[in-house]
Amino acid sequence: MSENQNIPAIEMCGVNVAAMRDASLTVVEDVNWSVAASEFWVIAGQEHSGKSDLLMLAAGLMLPASGNYKLFGTDAKNFGEAELAERLRVGFVFQGGQLFNRLTIVENIALPLQYQKNLPAAEATQAAQSLLELLELAPLAEVTPPNVAAAWRQRAALARALILKPEVLLLDNPQAGLGARHLQWWLRFLEQLSRGHECSGGQPITIAATADDLRPWKNERRKFALLRDKKFIPLGAWNEVETADDPVVKELLAVQLETANLTI
Amino acid sequence: MLYVADMRGNLAKAFELANTQMFRRTALPKSYTDRLGHKLFLFLLTVQGLGAFALITLGVILKKSGVARSVMQPRVRQEISRAGVALLPMFLFVALALGFLVIGQTVSALAKYGATDYLGSTMVIVIVRELGPLLTAVLVLARVGTANVIELGTARALGEVEALEALGIDPVHYLIVPRVIGMALGVFSLTVYLIIGALASGYLFAFLQDVPLTPGDYFKQIAEALGWLDFALLALKTIAFGFFIAIVTCYHGLAQPLRLEEVSRVAVRAVTQGVIVCVLIDALFIVLYLVA
Repeated sequence: MSENQNIPAIEMCGVNVAAMRDASLTVVEDVNWSVAASEFWVIAGQEHSGKSDLLMLAAGLMLPASGNYKLFGTDAKNFGEAELAERLRVGFVFQGGQLFNRLTIVENIALPLQYQKNLPAAEATQAAQSLLELLELAPLAEVTPPNVAAAWRQRAALARALILKPEVLLLDNPQAGLGARHLQWWLRFLEQLSRGHECSGGQPITIAATADDLRPWKNERRKFALLRDKKFIPLGAWNEVETADDPVVKELLAVQLETANLTI
Repeated sequence: MLYVADMRGNLAKAFELANTQMFRRTALPKSYTDRLGHKLFLFLLTVQGLGAFALITLGVILKKSGVARSVMQPRVRQEISRAGVALLPMFLFVALALGFLVIGQTVSALAKYGATDYLGSTMVIVIVRELGPLLTAVLVLARVGTANVIELGTARALGEVEALEALGIDPVHYLIVPRVIGMALGVFSLTVYLIIGALASGYLFAFLQDVPLTPGDYFKQIAEALGWLDFALLALKTIAFGFFIAIVTCYHGLAQPLRLEEVSRVAVRAVTQGVIVCVLIDALFIVLYLVA
């Protein structure tokens, strides 16, 4: 866990977020966002609203176009190679997993540990076994990602992020393309991580996930924010989301859609 | 974070690839002088990009030689196998063909003037100094270099590079360094095998053509024609071939954001530039031979 619980894990002040693929393009402006340890944030937005770019910036995969971003109290601009260990306190799960296609699932999961700790392959693989069991991936351990269904690839990506025991976990649209059973598993497991799970030594993990459908994320403990018109709008807890008058929020809650269906 | 920014800088910013791509996409100007300038500018941008990429890769090789050995050593071995050992059967065939071809032409030419005593030294000049290294480089470029561009281009298009960065793994270290080392050692080793095979098959063909030359005389001619400079420059040249083939192919595969449909076009461009780079290196070594 963070040495000082009072220091926010993520703190953005007037941050402008550039697109990952085109640094000249600003996708989100003037973000003021603070994430305290063990909080669970859900950032909602429609497609191409800059959710992934915001999350990648939060993970330290790019610098802000302007503004200040502090990760565990350290200004992002002061991070160098020597502070890599600090940055690895953040784990990232890409939408779709983005696993390495030439490696098997177990090799994918073990790779970060093997590389960062310079462990022998057998030792890193052994460490990955418990995560394989925990995430029900054991039968797929020796299969390469192209031969695995998307939902399981997503789980393998989660295991890969968890193997370095991060304190903050960032998930890019983890619910995308999941069936009901997988979705339920994800929501339950993320909640366990947020409250403290054996795989993180019982310590609560700070979580921020993006979403394009708010309904599955209903939970009183979670905090919500909205990305709309290049703006980052904190919404608050679930009861404030439900009463929000924003048309985009209503769409993300599928209220309008349901009404339309009823009309038809 | 700056660490990751540095890594991304390795892949795009340092080479101003965005500018290169934008420049590629602009319509060609109508006047010939402008068109020439456009091509020249594009050429200079590519040279700048390749130079920067080569320097960055060298820097990473030196700086991170001891990092993550448990991951990197198997990867280097795998690349040596791919760019060297796996190509041995093909090179055995090429060595036989090359020996037959050069001796076949040379014997008929030298026999006219009764100069078959020069057969060994001719083989040294043609095969050891020129054809052996260059042919090896071109074959490795075609077999392994193309695969490099496609593999890395696909990995880039599928977001694997961003995934490496998220895990704190330098993509240049993990993806490029093993390929560069593997290809440099692969081209060097394969050239040695090709030369030995071609010289041996050359004698076989001379023997079949009833050239009055004993094996002892033939190899004595070769040994006399070879100097220390041949060995030194052969090693340097083949390692340079391997290094730059890897740099050109990896640069095109990795150093720019690609869409899947762009991968094949980029592979063709990389192979063309790889051949040009090999010819330029060869020309440089010819000058070195002449000066030395």
